[in-house]
Amino acid sequence: MGEVLDGRISSGTDWDFDRLRRIYGHIEQIALGEMGLDVYPNQIEVITAEQMLDAYSSIGMPLMYRHWSFGKRFARDEALYRHGLRSLAYEIVINSDPCICYIMEENTMAMQALVLAHAAFGHNHFFKSNNLFRQWTDAGGILDYMEFAKGYVARCEEQYGEAAVERVLDAAHALMNQGVSRYPRRKVPSLQDEAKRAAERRAEQERSFNDLWRTLPLKPTAGERSTAAVAERHRLLGLPEENVLYFLEKTAPLLKPWEREILRIVRHIAQYFYPQKQTRMMNEGCATFVHYQIMNRLHETRRLDDGAMLEFLHSHTSVVFQPAFDDRRYSDFNPYALGFAMMQDIKRICETPEEEDRVWFPDFAGRGDALGVLREAWSNYRDESFIRQYLSPALIRKFKLFSVFDDGESDLLVNAIHNERGYRAIRASLADTFDLVRQEPEIEIVDVDLERDRRLMLRHRVHSGITLEARDTEAVLRHLAELWGYEVRLVEVDATSDRVLKTFDAAPAAR
Amino acid sequence: MNIVDRRLNPQGKSLANRQRFIRRARKQILDAVREASAKQGVTDPGDGQIGIKTDTLREPQLHHSSGVGERHHVVPGNKEYVEGDRIARPPAGGGEGGSGGAGDGDSQDVFQFVLTREEFIDLFLEDLELPDMLRKQLRQSESSTPMRAGFSISGSPANLNIVRTMRNSLSRRLALKRPSRDELSLRQAQIDGLEESAEQPDALLRLREELDERQRRSRRIPFIDPVDIRYNRFQQVPRPVASAVMFCLMDVSGSMTAHMKDLAKRFYKLLYLFLTRRYRQVEVVFIRHTHLAREVDEESFFNSTESGGTVVSTAFAEMQRVLAERYPPERWNVYAAQASDGDNMPGDNAHAVHLLQSAILPVCQYFAYLEVAEEDGRHWGQTELWRAYHRLAEAGQPLAMRKVNHRSQIYPVFRQLFARDRAVREEIG
Repeated sequence: MGEVLDGRISSGTDWDFDRLRRIYGHIEQIALGEMGLDVYPNQIEVITAEQMLDAYSSIGMPLMYRHWSFGKRFARDEALYRHGLRSLAYEIVINSDPCICYIMEENTMAMQALVLAHAAFGHNHFFKSNNLFRQWTDAGGILDYMEFAKGYVARCEEQYGEAAVERVLDAAHALMNQGVSRYPRRKVPSLQDEAKRAAERRAEQERSFNDLWRTLPLKPTAGERSTAAVAERHRLLGLPEENVLYFLEKTAPLLKPWEREILRIVRHIAQYFYPQKQTRMMNEGCATFVHYQIMNRLHETRRLDDGAMLEFLHSHTSVVFQPAFDDRRYSDFNPYALGFAMMQDIKRICETPEEEDRVWFPDFAGRGDALGVLREAWSNYRDESFIRQYLSPALIRKFKLFSVFDDGESDLLVNAIHNERGYRAIRASLADTFDLVRQEPEIEIVDVDLERDRRLMLRHRVHSGITLEARDTEAVLRHLAELWGYEVRLVEVDATSDRVLKTFDAAPAAR
Repeated sequence: MNIVDRRLNPQGKSLANRQRFIRRARKQILDAVREASAKQGVTDPGDGQIGIKTDTLREPQLHHSSGVGERHHVVPGNKEYVEGDRIARPPAGGGEGGSGGAGDGDSQDVFQFVLTREEFIDLFLEDLELPDMLRKQLRQSESSTPMRAGFSISGSPANLNIVRTMRNSLSRRLALKRPSRDELSLRQAQIDGLEESAEQPDALLRLREELDERQRRSRRIPFIDPVDIRYNRFQQVPRPVASAVMFCLMDVSGSMTAHMKDLAKRFYKLLYLFLTRRYRQVEVVFIRHTHLAREVDEESFFNSTESGGTVVSTAFAEMQRVLAERYPPERWNVYAAQASDGDNMPGDNAHAVHLLQSAILPVCQYFAYLEVAEEDGRHWGQTELWRAYHRLAEAGQPLAMRKVNHRSQIYPVFRQLFARDRAVREEIG
């Protein structure tokens, strides 16, 4: 058994815990020593296909509260899987500290090595170093929080009945995308701070007192008074507010405390996943680049034999395959393909730049330290800004990207192709399509009619005439009205002309 | 790094979610199950693939509509286009480039998933029951539950009642004046104080003696004595169980065509499935008859073939015999289901009806009669048997009758016969 002695992996080898531990050691050496990655401690968990389906249905979290929608997802995934329409992912990795990485028992040894390199080092490094994750997610606390959330929802179900909890969760899930804060919230001053500031202000007024000011006409007009009242109301309610769930949790008049807590849980989960949505392409690109690098090094150091390497390459190439737009298999960009290609391209620019690259990327072309450049990109960018910064003309040519303008009515117009004149336009358009702020509707709560019927007013700022899908919007507003307890109105306003395009109304069902 | 093997963790983590999902979509799933069962057999529910409409399962989100507005798309794989080219609009519904986040999930009108066999049959047999089940006699077997019944002084450690034990211990200690720990340490502290000052040797001596005496007392009287210990006591309480027997009477004579036999067998298979799944206590007796009737086992009832003339009364006689032998009506709820093509030897009708009226129906809680006919329903006149039974039913006997001439009618008829809601049953009966 020479193969066991020198710990080499050949193709088709079954995995066992011993081999897993040894290969992990080799990978760690390369990842931390040679590539300079920085990772959370890893916890590798071996699971079966059924457990993988379980994990799928609860959006990848090992702990999740109970809701029918997860059962629905499970039923659908299971049907697809059983009919062979879809294969399962090789791994799931969770942004937590320690980083939990699920691997499937069906994988061969070569695949396990790939998965470890991809998830336990690639994704893990990205989670730990990327700024969005550092700022918005608490990797150390998420598992405890999910444990709490699961227990809390279960207790609520026990106490208030499953139907009551389901009603709140349904509504909260419908608003999950509007439960994300995109900018850090302003810190609310405490009462002591307020009092201190008021005292300082008074002292300043006394110091600078001048009787002459008294003679100026000061009385505000009626219009000024009403705008002042509106401004005061907005200030008190914290309006306008884009985080609908946050607003409801803090201000909805009829919610019970446990309902607010459930909204809070859903909002926290939405916020936790928001960086993943913003960095999907980079995250996958980073992990794919890392595993490619590591697997090649393993092969070079003869820890992986040629057969296993071919097995790896087979699965690698199918992961990074990008069908062309007219291909039957095409459905949008493959984040693995684009991410991996961009990372490899950066490496190329660092190591063997062309003249063109020196013009486009003067600060790192030819610098040599590709991993340093990549590590910086991984920690400081998200998909949209990464493309804006790093997409090179060479890559645009390689993918033969072209930009199409669609005005919704007439024929599509090709307005940029992969040539000198088109590079910048293509790069900007592509970055826009990865910009969640542009891709998701811009909706905020603008006012509450406090004097009359407490109607909640929302506004959708419509860009380029892209309005909301009516049927779903009505359904979501009904959910929103349920939580708010009074009528709700959403107005679609054209962002440039402030013209009202459409109004949706919803009222809560009589209870 | 830490490797954990989770493969042996409890399976079915998502079961609770699945139950919630099925409850949510209950109505649609029920409809789909019944539709599916008309196409395929019940006992063999195929792969259980069920498709339902997704109205109550929609998870709406606010999102852009796909057809309107101005957009830029960037797509890979340019082969021939140059700047300024026009491309004909692809047909509505996405197509090239138009997949910018739209159409995700909401275009999917029919939701496909797999029900397990258990779930399928449970839903299938929902709301069915044997009517007028009475608790005729207490039977000891399989039906006692442990009930709390006070406390006992012996038992297994798992049943130790700590509160009761500690209460006994406390009252015994109080009664016997066992010195408490505080008391002892207080005296010890006093002694320590006096020892240090060395001023009152008498008091010190007295205190020492007191402490000594109390310590001895405390040792003599244990904290928990075996007499304090109490266990929870459980008593086996018999639970009343209704016992029931179902007689399945099937005509297998020559006049029954293959089609009719198939219908009858399907009916009984359904009945058998229903009984075995819902009632552990129901016994089933299979009787098949031509001009002779014979009690048979399940296997030959469904599978073996026989031929001959038809004398319905023989089946009743056989049923009467079995009843007398094994199921005295004062102890058993008796049910019977008869399937026949309504064909009987002319001379036998009066006898059969008489037997039914005088011997069978008085002891039956419920008697269901299923008349099977040819698929095209050509010979659809009222048969002799049907007319005779009809008169009985009109007279208020517990008799329900239905006609069936196609496979798809079996299940609805079955539901009518055994619906939980009496009103439903009678309205059609």
